[in-house]
Amino acid sequence: MIGLDSVIEGVLLGGVYALFALGLSLIFGIMRLVNLAHGDLILLAAYLALSVTTTLNIPLAVATLLIVAVMFVAGYALQRLVLERVLGDDILPPLLVTFGLSIVIQNGLLLAYGADSRRLQAGAFESSSVTLADGLNVGLAPLAALLTAIAAVALLQLIFYRTALGRAFRATADNPQIAQLMGINERSVYAIAVGMSVAVSVIAAITFGIRANFDPSIGPARLLYAFEAVIIGGLGSLWGTLAGGIVLGLAQTIGARVNPEWQILTGHLAFLVVLMVRPRGLFPSRRP
Amino acid sequence: MTALLSVTALDAFYGDFQALFGINLELGEGEAVAVIGANGAGKSTLLKSLAGLVRNRPDAVRLAGRQIGDGPAASIVRLGLALVPEGRQLFPSLTVEENLLIGAFGGERTSPWNLASVYQMFPVLQERRRSSVTVLSGGQQQMVAIGRALMSNPSVLLCDEISLGLAPIIVEDIYRMLPRIRDNGTGIVVVEQDIARALRSTDRFYCLQEGRVTLTGRAADASHDAIHAAYFGT
Repeated sequence: MIGLDSVIEGVLLGGVYALFALGLSLIFGIMRLVNLAHGDLILLAAYLALSVTTTLNIPLAVATLLIVAVMFVAGYALQRLVLERVLGDDILPPLLVTFGLSIVIQNGLLLAYGADSRRLQAGAFESSSVTLADGLNVGLAPLAALLTAIAAVALLQLIFYRTALGRAFRATADNPQIAQLMGINERSVYAIAVGMSVAVSVIAAITFGIRANFDPSIGPARLLYAFEAVIIGGLGSLWGTLAGGIVLGLAQTIGARVNPEWQILTGHLAFLVVLMVRPRGLFPSRRP
Repeated sequence: MTALLSVTALDAFYGDFQALFGINLELGEGEAVAVIGANGAGKSTLLKSLAGLVRNRPDAVRLAGRQIGDGPAASIVRLGLALVPEGRQLFPSLTVEENLLIGAFGGERTSPWNLASVYQMFPVLQERRRSSVTVLSGGQQQMVAIGRALMSNPSVLLCDEISLGLAPIIVEDIYRMLPRIRDNGTGIVVVEQDIARALRSTDRFYCLQEGRVTLTGRAADASHDAIHAAYFGT
């Protein structure tokens, strides 16, 4: 019997997947760039968090803010120094470059940290739970991940639809040449977008690193979940990406409840079913 | 007196193809000039060169004495030169009001043109401010395109084929707004297929043929035969 508890567990897991996917969705929506190194950038952030918390011995919350800032700058530089050179009408060069970047990050992490799996320490936070109803307990860390995902979508949505920067993002996505006529510097808009994408991934890295073990090789699998969440939700829609993450989380949890070996399989099956029924995803953007 | 906009010996290229040959053009404060010519004569290329979408020698274009011939488009609009592009080219993901607001993205000046004064000139846009631009009529879209360019408070406004695809009565409505824009000292360059329409609203004209200026003069004195010869090259 699939109970309410597995539904809740699935939704909470979906929060983590949505966080994986948000950064990917963001830069795809603005620049039509598919970043194959996205999963490895998440892992890079997780290892940074590990180093900062263990060697500098500062609390995870402070470390998170620090790493968000560092990774934003890294993302900005990545766009200006590397990706900008290959962005153009041909979609293949940026794919190849991010694929290469993925391999570089994986091997860099392997050299620096070894192949052992690690976990972020969040003290009592990771094992404590809240009681929603009689006999229905929810882990605080997964709940925080979901709430963070919702907050992140709401914040990005606010930036997109209520600020001058957001208008510049959308205008550049519509027509980069005409956007320049408005005084918008396309190169810095793209660099800010990549910076934001990587910064959001830090949040994903921390929430993931608290609840599961990670090692340098698992980046591509996170990328796959992120991709599936983006496609299920519909390209170009941030709330859709959140919904996509939740669908994926639900499918995996329910599948695991039926048979523990089916967890990954049912997630992928749900993805295929959505592709068959709604090829443009659940909430495709209205853009013509 | 230095001209507001002066173009000196401008040659424009698309790769190896030369589209403009030694163009000279001047525009004074509050003045309106028409650029006329057949399809492919280089009218749109000239406006794109001025707006920075086609790069040139730095000294080929001067705005209030400052060299902008090689400037990127994003900097040129900040210096006070705005283009209403051919075919309007509004941003479909943005609402009417957002399209206007994005016009002010780079600008620090908020007068005379701001949301309030654009809405005063085109009241229908205020009624539809929350609509997507994709559902507007062609005339309303053109109003948004002009309003969007004005929001940067330019000293030079370039209008590329603003009558294209519009009913004659709507074209008249739109041209009726040009004097109000010029009253603030803004100089206007109008590129237009409809020669009579262009000459009625401007002080001077330049006729282009195959990338060269073949005739220039006061709009009021333009003779039909001379324009015909300069236009078709016969």
